Amino acid sequence: MSDSHLELTGVDIEFPTPKGPFQALDDINLKVDEGEFISLIGHSGCGKSTVLNIVAGLHQATRGGVLLDGREVDQPGPERAVVFQNHSLLPWLTVYQNVELAVKKVFKGRMSRAEMRDWINHNLALVHMDHAAHKRPDEISGGMKQRVGIARALAMQPKVLLMDEPFGALDALTRAHLQDSLMEIQADLGNTVIMITHDVDEAVLLSDRIVMMTNGPAATVGEILPIDLPRPRDRLALADDPAYNHYRHEVLTFLYEKQKKVEEIAGSSAETATSQTKASGKAKERVA
Amino acid sequence: MNPNLSLKTPRAVAPFVKLARGESPRAQLDVLFRTVGLPIIGLLVFLMLWSGVAAKIDTSLGQFPGPAQVWNQAEALYVEHVTERDKAAAFYERQEERIAERLANDPDYEPRIHDYPGKPTFFDQIVTSLITVLSGFVIASILAIPLGIVIGLSSNLYSAVNPLVQIFKPVSPLAWLPLVTIVVSAVYVTDDPMFEKSFLTSMITVVLCSLWPTMINTAVGVNSISSDLLNVSKVLRLGWLTHVVKIVLPSSIPMIFTGLRLSLGIAWMVLIAAEMLAQSPGLGKFVWDEFQNGSSDSLARIMVAVLVIGLIGFFLDRGMLALQRAVSWDKTATLR
Repeated sequence: MSDSHLELTGVDIEFPTPKGPFQALDDINLKVDEGEFISLIGHSGCGKSTVLNIVAGLHQATRGGVLLDGREVDQPGPERAVVFQNHSLLPWLTVYQNVELAVKKVFKGRMSRAEMRDWINHNLALVHMDHAAHKRPDEISGGMKQRVGIARALAMQPKVLLMDEPFGALDALTRAHLQDSLMEIQADLGNTVIMITHDVDEAVLLSDRIVMMTNGPAATVGEILPIDLPRPRDRLALADDPAYNHYRHEVLTFLYEKQKKVEEIAGSSAETATSQTKASGKAKERVA
Repeated sequence: MNPNLSLKTPRAVAPFVKLARGESPRAQLDVLFRTVGLPIIGLLVFLMLWSGVAAKIDTSLGQFPGPAQVWNQAEALYVEHVTERDKAAAFYERQEERIAERLANDPDYEPRIHDYPGKPTFFDQIVTSLITVLSGFVIASILAIPLGIVIGLSSNLYSAVNPLVQIFKPVSPLAWLPLVTIVVSAVYVTDDPMFEKSFLTSMITVVLCSLWPTMINTAVGVNSISSDLLNVSKVLRLGWLTHVVKIVLPSSIPMIFTGLRLSLGIAWMVLIAAEMLAQSPGLGKFVWDEFQNGSSDSLARIMVAVLVIGLIGFFLDRGMLALQRAVSWDKTATLR
């Protein structure tokens, strides 16, 4: 039927709230080719993370669905590895063990012990973290943790790499450094990537296409901007490049003119709804 | 200041070392005063108040014991213990001699070793109490941790079980004890009992009372795992067992230990009460016997027991804390 690698068709999602269902996403359609780097950009609360979570299988679309290589996505799985915003490393395991947990699960029976060890070390080397393999997450910096998070995701050999604002919590210099690393890795491995970002420069620099989302509720794809800049891309050279600046301008225009945020509070309700469902059943009385 | 110093030298010694090195003597003396001086002052003030107040209380058994009398009785209890041990050794020695003699005369004789009939000393009672409390606590933990995990993993189960737990948690051991005693007598009927009934009764009472804090805290710990870590587990499609072992258990370790420490504290308190009421061997029975005995030394001997009970409770808690530090990935567990 369809020959695209990843396809979102008519995705709607509603979250139950005390005031009735809240529609966060409305009719999201997107086709992604193999090896493509897609950025999702939009104001906070527009449901970018929800889109990513649906592709990851962590949320189920109310209507519509996701096809990966012709198969429907109905649960999370390592072929759609996620790099979480706050790294989500297990604090009781070393850097090596964190990656090992993923490798053991994904390649069990397909790799020997020695092969697994090499593969883990290979992925840590890819993100330049091989020197800290035996440190725990609380002994390394935020940027390093995020590198390990990326290594863990890459080590699963995913068909699609999903990144939820991977560099959002980092300082500007570390972020630039990691963006360059990510570009190198993606050039080497040719991963299909969907990345959520708030950062216009990051989106233009890294992406093949930028998917710009309208404001919620009932957010949808506003515009899709193909970025036709030659790779490898160099941030210094691009700073003065007219094409690069034109793309930046396009994204900024979309965000600050076409989808200007009218009211801060109204827009954040989508995130409130998601976090409510996440938190439900969590707030238990602590009895000591 | 050298921040690494505290890693190499124990905390209590560090100020002395620094003082000897001549590192900012003023600051070191200050630290010394706070860590060593103040606790000593507190202890001295307490001893003074104690002897002052004790001198003013006259009871039917004479004056309330002050620190000096209590210390004397502590020594007396130790001497009693040593003499009793000597007597026991002599008793077994005589017995063996007699058996050897009889065997020489009559090779067909099958020797029977009689137990020493002397009554247990204070130290025997301590050991009995410790064995009882630890068996009860271990059994309670073996039940409570898996139950807590299962309950914590399912919000529905949590809602179903929580009211029950809340009702049973505040029940006093003294209310359980008669039921436990009767049930143990009825159910535990063997010709060759492996355990004393009194031991089983106290232990089961301890289990019933120390189950709840561990269970609730484990459930809460399991239930409050960060959703990010749960998502990691989902993306990796970890199986149930791997999920529990690799994600759930380590991340709830701090809460499990909070529960264990509460449980052990409760277990120790419950045990003393249970032993007193059930007349089963242990420190509680020692206190009760002394109370019934009513000699002029009894109050001081009870006071020794009170202090020993307190000290053991304190060391049990420290032991749990040390265990937590050894087991937990989170090395920031604080002394509380």
